Amino acid sequence: MIGETVLEVRDLHTHFFLRRGVVKAVDGVSFSLRRGEVLGLVGESGCGKSLTALSLMRLLPKGGARTIKGEVLLDGENILERTPAEMREIRGRRISMVLQDPQTSLNPVFSIGDQLREAIERRQRGTRAEVMKEAVAALRRVEIAAPEQRIGQYPHQMSGGMKQRVVGAIAISGEPAVLIADEPTTALDVTIQLQYLKLLKRLQAETGMAILFITHDFGVVGRMCDRVAVMYAGRIVECGPVRQIFEAPQHPYTRALIASVPKMSGPIGRLTTIEGQPPSLMDLPVGCRFASRCALVEQRCLDAYPGTVRVGEEHTADCWKVVPR
Amino acid sequence: MAVIDPPPSAAPSVLRPRRLLWRLLWPARNGAGARRAARVPWIPIGIMSAIVVMALFAPLLAPYSPIDQTLRDKLLPPAWMMGGSDKYLLGTDAFGRDILSRLIYGARVSLLVALLALTAGGGIGLAVGIVAGYLGGAVDSLLMRLVDAAFTFPAILFALLLAVTMGQGLGTLVIAITLLLWASFARVIRGEVLSLRQRDFVALARVRGCSAPRIMLTHILPNVLNTFMVLVTLNIGVVIIAEATLSFLGAGIPPPTPTWGLMISEGRGRIADAWWVALIPGIAITLMVLSVNLFGDWLRDRLDPRLRQL
Repeated sequence: MIGETVLEVRDLHTHFFLRRGVVKAVDGVSFSLRRGEVLGLVGESGCGKSLTALSLMRLLPKGGARTIKGEVLLDGENILERTPAEMREIRGRRISMVLQDPQTSLNPVFSIGDQLREAIERRQRGTRAEVMKEAVAALRRVEIAAPEQRIGQYPHQMSGGMKQRVVGAIAISGEPAVLIADEPTTALDVTIQLQYLKLLKRLQAETGMAILFITHDFGVVGRMCDRVAVMYAGRIVECGPVRQIFEAPQHPYTRALIASVPKMSGPIGRLTTIEGQPPSLMDLPVGCRFASRCALVEQRCLDAYPGTVRVGEEHTADCWKVVPR
Repeated sequence: MAVIDPPPSAAPSVLRPRRLLWRLLWPARNGAGARRAARVPWIPIGIMSAIVVMALFAPLLAPYSPIDQTLRDKLLPPAWMMGGSDKYLLGTDAFGRDILSRLIYGARVSLLVALLALTAGGGIGLAVGIVAGYLGGAVDSLLMRLVDAAFTFPAILFALLLAVTMGQGLGTLVIAITLLLWASFARVIRGEVLSLRQRDFVALARVRGCSAPRIMLTHILPNVLNTFMVLVTLNIGVVIIAEATLSFLGAGIPPPTPTWGLMISEGRGRIADAWWVALIPGIAITLMVLSVNLFGDWLRDRLDPRLRQL
């Protein structure tokens, strides 16, 4: 199932250059993604998950955001060096994305058929009837009931879950090698979430695409992902197979995160929380970024950043206290 | 299988007696539509069509020449009034010209000016608003400073200046009104685009690899058309009144060519004894503006997919 590496990110730095200073929102992120794999990118709000995704698409928000360093290798080719016109060819066909809010993800003045058509016509030319047939097939693939009727409807006539499936159909219509899913289920209610995740899994099995799944929900991570990357204050602090992360988290931040997820079994006590605030991204400490909130903090944690330590098969953590293997 | 949602069906309409009179005045297209969007505004459409037909076929419809003076018959009241003559249905003005004929010919000028100025001014404003709002940054700053500059410029002074340098005429009038209009269009459209740009469907269009011009044309433009239509209808009145003002000041169409605004201006001084000279073109302007506004309202509802049932 899981094949060769399709996306490799090396030492990515995306900063916001503001009048007040430089916000180091993504500050040295590296990871890789293989064919047929789901990599979860987890972390709290503002840790740089979404900006990492936007950097990969090279769709940075307006207002001073720039990728200043790093490589994004898509099938071995550094897409950060491509021209904007070449980038437009890459987007949608080789790397695509779904966003959080299905309510605003579709253009309200066009029928969903028209919106699918726009995406399909980029991939293949054809008569209107052919393209429409393709669009119906695309809807059927994302399990929309009665696609022939739905195709002429407008976004407001559909439920949130259906809209998100249509967004998914549009995103994968270019048959991308990599799909970035930026909290696609956050705006959906729980039963629909599960349905959507199953659908994503099935589509992945059919197409073999790699998914970068951004979320802050560990429950979703356990269900979806093969590997997890935990992000904190602009860096990935721990990365490894999902079982190892859940069963033997190495970085104190990961441990604290997992401890703060409510458990279904065992005695019910107060939930653990992580005291304090993440450091300001404008004024990052020289040492470990989690040091100010870490229970195990030592002098060396404050003096220097620990560097990435291999702690197991495909399992790394950025911490002084972990035992290398 | 996925969740099966039944296709949305129209709610049964309840026809209250209070609505009957309204329904008579404002007939529904299929007799069942209590919904506003379905109700075609036949009366405004009728008035607008009548005015357009008047303008198009003025030489065939007008009983007299609009400029020939018959001083013997000056200031005759409309035919149904005491002292009115059957020859002049809507009476005559201070030069003995038939008001009905002047009204019919006047529709030509008013509509032509409105059409040209709204096309030019609205079009420029729409383009500037979309480009400034979507691209943002330096382009936005530059274009919006231009808009600010256009607002500070006294439009009437500018029109007089144009009239002096270019001479009176339709061209001068249209250019002057265009310069008056475009900035307000640009400002409102830009505001719309700023909020549209933040919506995810624009981001996803970029994710799909759409270019900036394509997004502006196929994703932003259709979403601001409703606003644009409303602006156009609101500004038809502004244009007609601007045309009247400028004609009155001598910067518009030179007399004796009739325009509705000019007719009001000419009748202004005699409003006490010969009210019809000013009032009749005034009623024409009111009917026209009201009809266009009601029609625009309906059109907006029709164009809004949220209000459209399939």
